[in-house]
Amino acid sequence: MNRALRGTAFHVASMVLAIAFLFPLLWALLNSLKTRAEANQQPPSWFPHSLSVANYRSLATFDQGIGTYLRNSVLLAALTVTGSVLVCVFGGYGFARFAFRGKTLLFGTTLGILMVPYATILLPLYIVLGHLGLQNSLIGLALVLVMFQLPFGIYLMRNSFEAVPRELEEAALVDGASSFGALRHVSLRIVLPGVVTVALFSFLTSWNEYLAPLIFLNDGSKYTLPVMLVNIRYSSYNIIDFGALQAGMVVAMVPCLLVYLALQRFYVSGLVTGALRG
Amino acid sequence: MSVTTTRAGAQAPAAQAGSRRRRGSTARRPLTGVLFVAPTAVIVAGLFLVPLAILVYMSFMDWPLLGSPTANGIDNYRHLAHDSQFLGAITFTLLYTAITTVVLFAIAFVLVAISNSRRRGSRFYRTAFFLPYVVGTAAASTMWWVDVSDRLGVFNQGLQSAGLIHQPVGFLDTPGKALFTVVTLVVWKFVGFQVIVLLVGVQSIPGELYEAARVDGASSLQRLRYITVPGLKPTLALLTVLSVTGSLLAFDQFYVLTHGGPDNSTMTVVLALYNKAFQSFRLGDAAAEAVVLLVALIVLNVVQLRLLRRDRED
Repeated sequence: MNRALRGTAFHVASMVLAIAFLFPLLWALLNSLKTRAEANQQPPSWFPHSLSVANYRSLATFDQGIGTYLRNSVLLAALTVTGSVLVCVFGGYGFARFAFRGKTLLFGTTLGILMVPYATILLPLYIVLGHLGLQNSLIGLALVLVMFQLPFGIYLMRNSFEAVPRELEEAALVDGASSFGALRHVSLRIVLPGVVTVALFSFLTSWNEYLAPLIFLNDGSKYTLPVMLVNIRYSSYNIIDFGALQAGMVVAMVPCLLVYLALQRFYVSGLVTGALRG
Repeated sequence: MSVTTTRAGAQAPAAQAGSRRRRGSTARRPLTGVLFVAPTAVIVAGLFLVPLAILVYMSFMDWPLLGSPTANGIDNYRHLAHDSQFLGAITFTLLYTAITTVVLFAIAFVLVAISNSRRRGSRFYRTAFFLPYVVGTAAASTMWWVDVSDRLGVFNQGLQSAGLIHQPVGFLDTPGKALFTVVTLVVWKFVGFQVIVLLVGVQSIPGELYEAARVDGASSLQRLRYITVPGLKPTLALLTVLSVTGSLLAFDQFYVLTHGGPDNSTMTVVLALYNKAFQSFRLGDAAAEAVVLLVALIVLNVVQLRLLRRDRED
């Protein structure tokens, strides 16, 4: 009896907390589905009187249109994820399997990126990208985001490759495969969980990043979703459309939530091997 | 191929010397290794080391956005010492960091207790606590800004329905309330990460320790004090580093929610830096601020890592 009571108390308390954490997300979703008038009504209604996609429609005409921002965000994420995965897989493999001069120095410097607060070097990066002709470009922005993924990604991939028995590759090399072939056909399959973790982390970072796009992009047609969101919030020349704002939030948040829910186990395993073994 | 592995594995003790020689065979092709790490090297050099050097160089220059920079020695650093906005930002950022770190830990412990339970449903609770973490800070801050609105925010609506307040509260109107609002956002958004990391730490403590303590008649409080807390020390140290560093670099949530107001009362160091560079276009002064922040954080990290290492040796 006492035990059952304690179980109930546990679940009631936990449920209240869980609802408190989920509520803001659900509330944004609920509001985005109200009609424009209802979404901007004060005081707000708890439940939509009728469902409507009008708020999503009005996003279509905000500045460049949500399509442009969505495309930019997807493009930026694709570039960052591809770049991080390629650089970290090759780099991690090089660090795990080969000896060359300057190896320790390069590895240490790469980890050193973690020590330098990212906001502080955005300023000179802005100048460097200018010299490379990559200011106001999603490619330049992706390169910067890849750089910030390197300490975690290289560390994780090096550990993953080191855990793969060398003999597996030696056999492929004896059979006449190149180093690259041995990497591609043998080890890469085994370290796939690590690759997914790197991809997941770089996706979340690039999709959510706000400060870097704010600084590096100065052309409205290049903006990503987070920049667009804050722009709606600061569009002071007309009254802020709360319905559209919340619809924009849903568009910005849903991909992250879905990707995380699908790949949850890689996130935790990545934390365990990558971040916590340091 | 798997046959080869098994055989190699079986002969492992005898083939120790052989495997060392084989290791040599990859080491003898250093050029291939260099090719594999070349992209890393290019990016680290071009986008990390060069900008770092430029940053230090800029901090000794008068650097307007347009026009040519001129050297001005340590003037930028001298400006900082008299820059009341920057000094105010340092004070506020330290206060914010202290509050956030303490509150985050306090709430995280409660949530860890729930998430670590063997009862059914704890997986669901854990996921619920963590989900806000994967939402972007800019989106989350925008959401909070809507929710705390005194006209149509749901927080005011909820408090009024519950009869706790009679008039809508301006959650961003005074320095104290603005800080409180940002801290609630940060707890909601970041505590899940702390919970997951602490869980990994708690679950890595060997269960036999608890068994042995129970056999010896230790109370649950004693088990917490003598097993859980010492076992979690490295994790706690790591989380403190991450939380302190993250808070000292806070930008998005303040930029979106308060814009540093009211009256610059919630101006953080990075926000001040951003304003100086991209609103006042005094890049040299901003660079000097960045260098100060950088040095402070490196010192902090080195000290923290030292403590971490010493703990591990104990």
